[in-house]
Amino acid sequence: MVSAWERDEWTHAPFDAAAVERLRSLIAGLDASQRLWLSGYLAGSAVVFGGHTPSLSSNGALTQSASAPRFTVTILYGSQSGNSERVARLLHDKLKERQIESTLLDMMDCRKSHLQAAQKLVVIVSTRGDGEPPERALPLHELVHSPKISRLEHLSYCVLALGDSSYEKVCETERQLDARLEALGAKRIRTLEECDVEFEMPARRWVDEVLPLVGAQPGAGTIPQTSESESRTAKISTAYTRRNPFHANILVNQRLTGRESSKDVRHIELSLEGSHIHYEPGDAIGVVPRNHPNAVDALLDGSKLDAAAPVRVDSQTVDLRRALLDHFDIGPVNPPLLTRYAAAVESPQLTELCESPDRMRRYLYGRHLVDVLREHPPTMLNAADFAQLLRPLAPRLYSIASSQRAATDEAHLTVSVVEYDSFQVRRRGVVSNLLASLGAGSATAPIYLHRNAGFRLPADPRTPVVMVGPGTGVAPFRAFLAEREIVGGGGRNWLFFGDRTFESDFLYQSEWLDARNRGVLTRIDVAFSRDQADKIYVQDRLRENGAAVWAWLQEGAHFYLCGDAGRMASDVHAALLDIAKNHGALTDEQAIEYVTRMQRDRRFQKDVY
Amino acid sequence: MDVEGPVLPRSIPIEKQHSNERLKRDSRFLRGTLEQSLIDPVTGAVTASDGLLTKFFGIYQQDDRELRDERRRAKLEPKYQFMVRVRLPGGVCTPAQWLALDALAQEYAGNTLRLTTRQTFQFHHISKRQLRAHIRGIYAAGLDTIAACGDDNRNVICTANPLQSPAHAEVSNLARRIGERLLPRTGAYREVFLGTPSGSLPDDEEPVYGSTYLPRTFKIALAVPPQNDIDVFAHDLGFVAVVEGGEIAGYTVCVGGGMGMTHKVSATFPRLSEVIGFCTSSEVLEIAEQSMCIQRDYGDRVDRAHARFKYTIEDRGTNWFCDELARRRGRALQPARPFIFETSADRPGWMQGADGRWHYTLFIENGRLSDLPGRSLLTGLRAIAGVHRGVFALTTNQNVTVAGITDADRPAIEALLRTHGIANDIRASALRQNSMACVALPTCALAMAEAERYLPSLINRLDDIVFDAGLADTPISIRMSGCPNGCPRPYLAEIALVGKAPGRYNLYLGASVRGDRLNALYRENIAEPQILDELGILLRRYAEEREPGEPFGDFTVRTSIVPAMLAGRDFQR
Repeated sequence: MVSAWERDEWTHAPFDAAAVERLRSLIAGLDASQRLWLSGYLAGSAVVFGGHTPSLSSNGALTQSASAPRFTVTILYGSQSGNSERVARLLHDKLKERQIESTLLDMMDCRKSHLQAAQKLVVIVSTRGDGEPPERALPLHELVHSPKISRLEHLSYCVLALGDSSYEKVCETERQLDARLEALGAKRIRTLEECDVEFEMPARRWVDEVLPLVGAQPGAGTIPQTSESESRTAKISTAYTRRNPFHANILVNQRLTGRESSKDVRHIELSLEGSHIHYEPGDAIGVVPRNHPNAVDALLDGSKLDAAAPVRVDSQTVDLRRALLDHFDIGPVNPPLLTRYAAAVESPQLTELCESPDRMRRYLYGRHLVDVLREHPPTMLNAADFAQLLRPLAPRLYSIASSQRAATDEAHLTVSVVEYDSFQVRRRGVVSNLLASLGAGSATAPIYLHRNAGFRLPADPRTPVVMVGPGTGVAPFRAFLAEREIVGGGGRNWLFFGDRTFESDFLYQSEWLDARNRGVLTRIDVAFSRDQADKIYVQDRLRENGAAVWAWLQEGAHFYLCGDAGRMASDVHAALLDIAKNHGALTDEQAIEYVTRMQRDRRFQKDVY
Repeated sequence: MDVEGPVLPRSIPIEKQHSNERLKRDSRFLRGTLEQSLIDPVTGAVTASDGLLTKFFGIYQQDDRELRDERRRAKLEPKYQFMVRVRLPGGVCTPAQWLALDALAQEYAGNTLRLTTRQTFQFHHISKRQLRAHIRGIYAAGLDTIAACGDDNRNVICTANPLQSPAHAEVSNLARRIGERLLPRTGAYREVFLGTPSGSLPDDEEPVYGSTYLPRTFKIALAVPPQNDIDVFAHDLGFVAVVEGGEIAGYTVCVGGGMGMTHKVSATFPRLSEVIGFCTSSEVLEIAEQSMCIQRDYGDRVDRAHARFKYTIEDRGTNWFCDELARRRGRALQPARPFIFETSADRPGWMQGADGRWHYTLFIENGRLSDLPGRSLLTGLRAIAGVHRGVFALTTNQNVTVAGITDADRPAIEALLRTHGIANDIRASALRQNSMACVALPTCALAMAEAERYLPSLINRLDDIVFDAGLADTPISIRMSGCPNGCPRPYLAEIALVGKAPGRYNLYLGASVRGDRLNALYRENIAEPQILDELGILLRRYAEEREPGEPFGDFTVRTSIVPAMLAGRDFQR
């Protein structure tokens, strides 16, 4: 069914009637998620294709636009003193005189997408010092040497170096960059030019020489028709599952918490290249778990069980050690498991303990399976019987912290590495430690997509959203914000974030600041529990800003909560009720009704774990 | 205002001036958006423009540069922190003030205090959240931080220790009065940092400065010969006391000095001020104000690298300046009177003043007060402040004089110096005792190389040479600066090392110990092994070939190791 709104839109669409008909019938056959994906794909392809988008004619064939193809020149500069920026501006202005558009970009701000979108790249760097990349050039330096960039064949480039010959390794950084771009397949259109301190004249000459080179039309075949975009159209989704996971390359494994933090939180970027996985903001990635061999061996050592004994798992026979590695939870013990175990080993002591739920809970606090086995060895059990008692090893779901429209073939995760001591033993969370141990560029993680239809952005991008995400609960909101920025629509975004300390635990701080500067993040309020004598949490900040929160809700804002399912979730829920009461002049019952209605209308969504 | 006549450079449209000029003009007398910046909880920084305004209040935003890259990768902003500099004209504080500043250092500033080359205290590592409380703490001690940086008249310095003689006391008092007279009047400091509303905002809140203040900093120094501890020629405006029979007859005036430059930019250079005449004590305040106003009106507001008073004097000449000053005052200066400087160094240890009281000048390596194993400077001076009944006089060589100790009190002070292990180390070389370094890394944004953290270990190695050559007791000044801006006045050191890149320095030689001749570039961009080689050769040669009493700087010029650097304009040629 086509709504009136859609009809109106089509009358202004830049297609002839026949093309409109074809497109509309095609779109009519798509479900909501396919439509969403397609819109993202088209938005993304506009970035990749730049101004050189092939157009759809009435017969439906893709044709080259009749007018001369435009192409993009990107001028990257990096310096402390502003010298390279001045040269970059000169080039920019001279290109403009020739009606050639170019993008001026500080190296600090250069991302993968810029290199992908550019066709002609001019790099102007000034350095001093002994061969170390200057501070502002470091991010680019790291990017071109990281696994995130594999090929740059679509790119033509040249490099200008402004150095100071009183340094031994003058222009070392530029030489490295020049060589690296070539190694990545980019085409050098002029040899590296090195200037000394008196750079003004040589730099001007260089600009004049470079002008016709970057101003020339790119040759045939340089239009970036990446295999990635082609393959994307081939299939909409492929069902990867826990049993049939996709092995995603690790592109980045970066600690987010500062050196003085009590926690180790990682930002992990996975490559989805070749997977055909298409996700939406709110979705999660499931990571197939695997126990650490040391933990399995410690358990086997303590138990005297035969590691090589056959065990049946899912209609397959494997040895016990393999089963413990891949299939069974050997971590914390829950009461039913203890009860089963007590019965199986016929331990009077354990059986007695299991009669009192309270004593059992106290006993189990901080104990893992290895501790129970050590204290009460499974002497009566063979491997198969023992394995039958165990719980399956559950996969771990992580909210995706990126928007596919922005991150294209990547998925980002925010992973808190679980580590603690109990009974003088270091305990480690299975999946978080597995992920934390994976090196960028070499390792892969077995993953699959987990749809989370209950956690979705408003359909109308103009709708304001309030997002409450303390700790790693902030992950999906990083995706939300990126999505809303790229979609546009101007909906306001308000984030509440909390953690332990401002200085070391402010996850993605610099990104939030940038987003606020760009105006995408309308408001951000933060609560750091350990920065002052009184503990302050996100729910306190919500209450402090109750009047404004209520005003946003009255304007139709959606309210999202993600994070710890324990106290935080109920405290935030209570704060929301209080806000409805205090600022909406509602009774207790009315407030409950209001919040319940919000949930029913899907204006209040939670993703708690 | 009092200005009429020639077309002033100031009349260049503000749109064509440096962007800082517009920022100042539009800041409502330095208020800017500081109020909002300080309470924004999402960042530990203030906005870039507010960061320029805080400087007028002695507050510098910095960050730990060693953590910058690590934190960038972690998607955390830099570890922002603030350096706070106290306004302390003449460098004098009471024991109660010392204790108050010490307590603030413990509470907010990482348990360390620094004595600066301009005779005041500097705190580091203060977080934005605690900045206001810190400033209020300073204010509660009867001090403030106004104009300790910024485009205004900075802390007025003078030859240390007002208790040494009545003349010293008079000069110290004059330094204080100049500071008061040229203090910015804006209520922004009270409002933003002290929380005292000013009421309505008057249009002429700054009758002297105006809304755009000065083109750059303006620095005034007063010397009492034969000491030139303050390097009087290194400042925009200098007054040299003429002491006759113990009384101050007046002051010799000199203008146009300054240290800063940019490596390899020959239009920038350190410059020594020139003597232009003599004035009586009662004329000093007026001359200080009018000199500053001439710079306010004629200083370059387009090119900040050329905006210092020294370039106005260099470009227009002292004759022009004298005429302009005379025109504004309605009378000319008297002819200059002669004076003799003997040294720019401090004299460490005990000395007796004119009134019989004792003064102990304590050597503080690089001005850094902290508690190190075996040398608890912070704790030791806290203990002394607890019993001391005189004053503390900070020197511009980063040392402190515990001044005004009676015969009766001296044993107690001596005991405290001993028990805390802070008394001057008689085994330290005279080279070390005449060393100075700026803070540089990791907090100073301008630093290109280490200074304070590195110089002590370099001197350990130079000491091997110095002791070996029999020069352990020969004072030789050595100053290290992390960048060419010259906070520790490197271009007046007999040996200067000015940072070019991590581990690399330019080596300058040949300044005079009297502070009246600049040094000259000897080796460019060298690392420690070459520094040690070059200085080893020269110091051994100096030990053998020097004339009786000949300082190292004079020796290097006499033997043509370096040319005599007589004019700043030749410094980078």
